[in-house]
Amino acid sequence: MKFNKNLKNVLLIIFATLALSACSTAKKSQTSGDVYTGTDTVEYLASGVKDRVFFATNKSSLTSASRETLRKQATFLRKNKKLNVTIEGHADERGTREYNLALGERRANAVKDYLMTYGISGKRISVISYGKERPVNSESTPLAWSQNRRSVTVKVK
Amino acid sequence: MKKIAISFIIFLIFNSYSFALIKVDITRGNLDPLPIAVSPLHVDDKSENIKDLDVKNLGASISSIIEKNFKSTGLFNPLKKEAFVQKPDIAHLKPRFEDWRLIKAQALVTGKLSINENKLKVEFRLWDLTASKEMIALSFTTTPSNWRRVAHIISDKIYERLTGEDGYFDTRIIYVAESGPKDQRVKKLAIMDQDGSRTKYLTLGNELVLTPRFNPSNQMVTYLSYFRNLPRVYLLDIETGKQEVVGNFPGMTFAPRFSPDGKKIIMSFAKDGNSDIYTMDLETRIVERITDHSSIDTSPSYSPDGKYISFNSDRSGLQQIYVMKSDGSNVKRITFGNGIYGTPVWSPRGDLIAFTKMRKGKFYIGVMRSDGSGERLLTENFYQEAPSWSPNGRVLVFYRETKSGPDGKGFSAKLWSIDITGYNERKIQTETDASDPSWSSLLSK
Repeated sequence: MKFNKNLKNVLLIIFATLALSACSTAKKSQTSGDVYTGTDTVEYLASGVKDRVFFATNKSSLTSASRETLRKQATFLRKNKKLNVTIEGHADERGTREYNLALGERRANAVKDYLMTYGISGKRISVISYGKERPVNSESTPLAWSQNRRSVTVKVK
Repeated sequence: MKKIAISFIIFLIFNSYSFALIKVDITRGNLDPLPIAVSPLHVDDKSENIKDLDVKNLGASISSIIEKNFKSTGLFNPLKKEAFVQKPDIAHLKPRFEDWRLIKAQALVTGKLSINENKLKVEFRLWDLTASKEMIALSFTTTPSNWRRVAHIISDKIYERLTGEDGYFDTRIIYVAESGPKDQRVKKLAIMDQDGSRTKYLTLGNELVLTPRFNPSNQMVTYLSYFRNLPRVYLLDIETGKQEVVGNFPGMTFAPRFSPDGKKIIMSFAKDGNSDIYTMDLETRIVERITDHSSIDTSPSYSPDGKYISFNSDRSGLQQIYVMKSDGSNVKRITFGNGIYGTPVWSPRGDLIAFTKMRKGKFYIGVMRSDGSGERLLTENFYQEAPSWSPNGRVLVFYRETKSGPDGKGFSAKLWSIDITGYNERKIQTETDASDPSWSSLLSK
């Protein structure tokens, strides 16, 4: 029994080391907590104005990086007064379909509310939730899920 | 032998109307399915020919559907026809019981059919080989094109006689047929017989459709459509194809189901980042708000008596299942286990609630009593959800996505069924990938 326990500890340490080294290489620059921080899937509304923000699992709160992105979007919208936008709210696949529809709606509205605090009229912003129906990355990996938990600001043509 | 004698006595005491020996217990996983011989139905030589119908082999086709139905229950073991000891027409008149017992059959189904003046007449008998007695004899007359339904109705009658419970074979499943890559998935409403035959597509796939559910009479379907990029709950008449938006909500409506009397649709309405539960009366068009909470309240499902509603809410932080009175009062949380719970669906018998559970990266389909006690997880997988009950409350159909590539790339979505005993998990054949199944009630009731 004692041997087993020791072995278990050794294994735990090995796993921990592996996990840490994995973090320090590939994923370090990609996520913080489980919020995506990379730019692989990001498109731009204008130079330097990212079109999307990312969320933690089951959350709709805005990170400081998201708020910075949205402040730039607000500035861009103030300069382009005739432009209307749709905010698309999305969830990852790790949830029930109906709950994720509600979650996507909540995420899209979190973005809308924040843009409105910078003086953008609610009339210029519509929201739509796609739940988990329109992933940007079709893989079933933690990285893909972090890229799929997003709100995307789309220009209305 | 002793076991048989005991069950015989119990049977006499509690079922005085019957002297049959065989009975199938469906309350537990059946590891010893009942051997049953389904003789091909004898086709009357004088039967008319019908266009697009192989009349000569119709008896064999009907018996093979019956066999397939029985096999799918896990409760019966249909025997191979090569071993059958009597010609169908003679067996139907009078089986030689001792010969059928020799091939280890305990029950025998025989029958005959004829087509005259464009009417299909089917007669069948169920024989208890252990007691050497006839258990049922019934006949049906219908239009020949209904022959598959006749096979399902016969299956239901035999299932009812042998298990003491309603059958579920003369039923249909509505679901979402899927195709294309995951980021541009095309989804259509599709309907098929319970056994996967006679698939019909009800929408063209131009817009995203989700979560179709039957009304109690199986004529109408309520579902979510992204028509014109406005996600709203719709109502579809299956026969006429007529569609309409349910209500006039200034935002997304989703997660619809019918009330047990079919008069109302219950659904979620999302506004300003908050989803609550509403009902709309289909006749008076009166909309009622049932929940009013800053959390996400969704996936509502009525109890079969219409007095209660179960739903899931994240008001405690993460998704859990709650039960309330149908007017929205008396909200009680019923799930407290480890994990996240969603999509509660009340059993048509009223005793159980089926649900989807997520825990440590796995998805489970389970059942619990309507107060949350007695939780049993029936199946575990990487991703699966959306249970729907067979009309007799014995089987759940749900959908499961499996990764088809080693690196998480590629996937397939299929419908599966499992007994509430946790046994007899089966993939249901569909023409395409499939999700969001909803099981109809018995069509012939």
